[in-house]
Amino acid sequence: MIVAEGLTKRFDQFLAVDDVSFIVQPGEVMALLGPNGAGKTTTVRMLSSVLVPTAGKATVAGYDVVRQGDQVRAAIGVLTEQHGLYSRMTAVEYLRFFGQLYHMDGKALSERAEALLVSFGLHDELKKRLGEYSKGMRQKLALARALIHDPPVLLLDEPTSAMDPESAHMVRESILSLRSEKRAIVLCTHNLSEAEMLADQIAIIRRGRIILNGRVPELKRSLLGLTEYEIRLASRLNGALPALPGGVVITGRGEDWLRYQVEDPQGANPQIVRRLVEAQMEVVAVQEVPRSLEQVYLRAVSSADGEDSHAG
Amino acid sequence: MLANLQPALIVTRREVRDQFRDWRIVFPIVGLTIFFPFLMNFTARAMLDYVQRYGANIIGERLVPFLLMIVGFFPISVSLVIALETFVGEKERGSIEPLLNTPLKDWQLYLGKLLSATVPPLISSFLGMGVYLAGLYIRHISLPAPGVLAQIFSLTVVQAVMMVSGAVVISTQATSVRAANLLASFIVIPAALLIQGESAVLFLGDFNTLWWVVGGVVVLTVLLVRVGVAHFRREELLGREIDVLKLSWGWRTFAAAFVDGARSPGEWYRSSLPRAIARVRIPAAMMFALALAGIWVGVGQSARFPFPAQIEQFANLGDRLDRLVQIWPAFSVQPLLAIWWQNVRALLISLVLGALSFGVLGALPVMATMGLVGYFMGNLAAGGVSPWLFLAGLVLPHGLVEMPAAVLAGAAVLRLGAVLVTPTPGRTIGEVWLAALADWAKLMAGVVMPLLLAAAAIEVWITPRIAILMLR
Repeated sequence: MIVAEGLTKRFDQFLAVDDVSFIVQPGEVMALLGPNGAGKTTTVRMLSSVLVPTAGKATVAGYDVVRQGDQVRAAIGVLTEQHGLYSRMTAVEYLRFFGQLYHMDGKALSERAEALLVSFGLHDELKKRLGEYSKGMRQKLALARALIHDPPVLLLDEPTSAMDPESAHMVRESILSLRSEKRAIVLCTHNLSEAEMLADQIAIIRRGRIILNGRVPELKRSLLGLTEYEIRLASRLNGALPALPGGVVITGRGEDWLRYQVEDPQGANPQIVRRLVEAQMEVVAVQEVPRSLEQVYLRAVSSADGEDSHAG
Repeated sequence: MLANLQPALIVTRREVRDQFRDWRIVFPIVGLTIFFPFLMNFTARAMLDYVQRYGANIIGERLVPFLLMIVGFFPISVSLVIALETFVGEKERGSIEPLLNTPLKDWQLYLGKLLSATVPPLISSFLGMGVYLAGLYIRHISLPAPGVLAQIFSLTVVQAVMMVSGAVVISTQATSVRAANLLASFIVIPAALLIQGESAVLFLGDFNTLWWVVGGVVVLTVLLVRVGVAHFRREELLGREIDVLKLSWGWRTFAAAFVDGARSPGEWYRSSLPRAIARVRIPAAMMFALALAGIWVGVGQSARFPFPAQIEQFANLGDRLDRLVQIWPAFSVQPLLAIWWQNVRALLISLVLGALSFGVLGALPVMATMGLVGYFMGNLAAGGVSPWLFLAGLVLPHGLVEMPAAVLAGAAVLRLGAVLVTPTPGRTIGEVWLAALADWAKLMAGVVMPLLLAAAAIEVWITPRIAILMLR
């Protein structure tokens, strides 16, 4: 579990992170979204007890990041922004080196390294020096390094950057599997569809402050309004539309389609379909209009920009 | 203890293995271990034969240990390159951050890297020296005395550690290998000068002095290691992103520390200045002890280097003071300003020396002055003149004002060096140094320079007259 309360970091005159708070439960993924320089990496470095917060506090896996730095670092696996591999080592040597730093040794370490290399598809590349690895392979090995000591908390900075689609898919599947193993995961990413796919909780950070934090459906609802539905018909509407139940707000219509928002879709949608059928309109499909995290992100950032310009 | 060392040794092992996979490091080490000692053997033989023809055997004898020192020094010069590469190179390539995210303690990472940069060049150095000594033996050239061998081996070790620990200090302040290489001249030039000095001492055959050199380098190395440990911290390693000279930031930091929250000159004198004085109380005590040590050394030197011819002049001191009083009439301003500026200049030199030597050499002007006082007192006592009379008549009237001022200024310089070797969580090395410099400036402006002015006035207007009264 990760608990951050009012985390703040100042470098001289520059406020890098300002009063950041969140909780990530075991078995939960929180995506930390934001532009470059927003404060994501600084937040991760404070959580990994590498930077000391100027104010606020945080506990990671039950340990205080300021007073129990060694315990915190033993309990976390960090995938850094730069993978930082040693180009003259092999993958096995590399994983063994880091395993030893986590006080692992002998057969257990060898087995763990072997299992990770197999699971990330690197087992055929054991003889190669890391300098010969492709970007994607390096990223996978860096992720394996973060997992070598089987940590309960993972801090992953851009885990799928520079990866081909197949490798990225493999890594995403791994993250989902790690989540199911009840690990608390913070995921820093620019990839909004990836965040939507993996994250239970989203925090958008901008100029060091969290401007939005919550679960994806809640955020969509609060920023984009009620869920929108679309009905497709077999025949043309021709302007005729039966009376719809109360609370239904039509948001758009075409020759053979209709879009609306409703507070209680479970109650209202069957009634709407029934009335259309009664009016001799054959319904082909009823579906939720997809709303992406990108819309949420852009809405949040633009409203934060608006607030800033008002404040200015 | 061993368990604590284990992570450091894991880092060392990885780094050493990595070095031996890099041909750019292996080739020079092998060359300097095997081929260079042979070349030096050849040089030794040729030089010995040459100087023997002119009966200058002593030059040949001194050349043999000198060449041993050079054979030992060349491989350890590689340690500087390795150290810069292993510390800054990792930072530049981003491979240090995964290490910082492990449970390694800062000092374990520091020690691991220090060992990895020091041990392989040292082994190469010892192997080279071994090859050179074996060559001497085979060519029937006399080996240096065991004491000299011990000195040269000791110097080689401490110089290697000194260069690596210096490189670490540089590495904490640089974010690229390029910047670190530029800063490395701060190590290369002093190391080259040191080798030249050691060579001179070797050729002069003053082997006792060589032990003092070993001791001096050990002290410097300990200070550098201390600085390295103090500043090799996660926060400093990752908090610094660019090597931009921020003059405005430097000035703001200095000015803020100088003003220290005071809203008026009166408040500055009442609250800010006393705080600065309180901060230098321990260095001031040390400075006072060093001043006393200076007197003691001066008295000791007066016995080694007596000055009998001058003692007679001291006997005529009254007449000389009469002339002085004529040159310096009461309330004359020019000699007062000259003395004041002379003292201020000495303290400015003390600041420069201190800034370049962790504060250590900053104590020299005060120690040297007190040494001279002790030296004169010793000579006077030996010549049958009361040293206390000299002290009370010629030194104390203005010295009672001047010496506290000098001790205070020296203490601020000592502190300037001390803050560099002291961990300061939450503040950078630059910040603490500028704050300590502001304290020095504060003490100079608020206490030392006014006191020196008063002391100069006493020295010009009062001391000669008191001395005349006492010495007549």
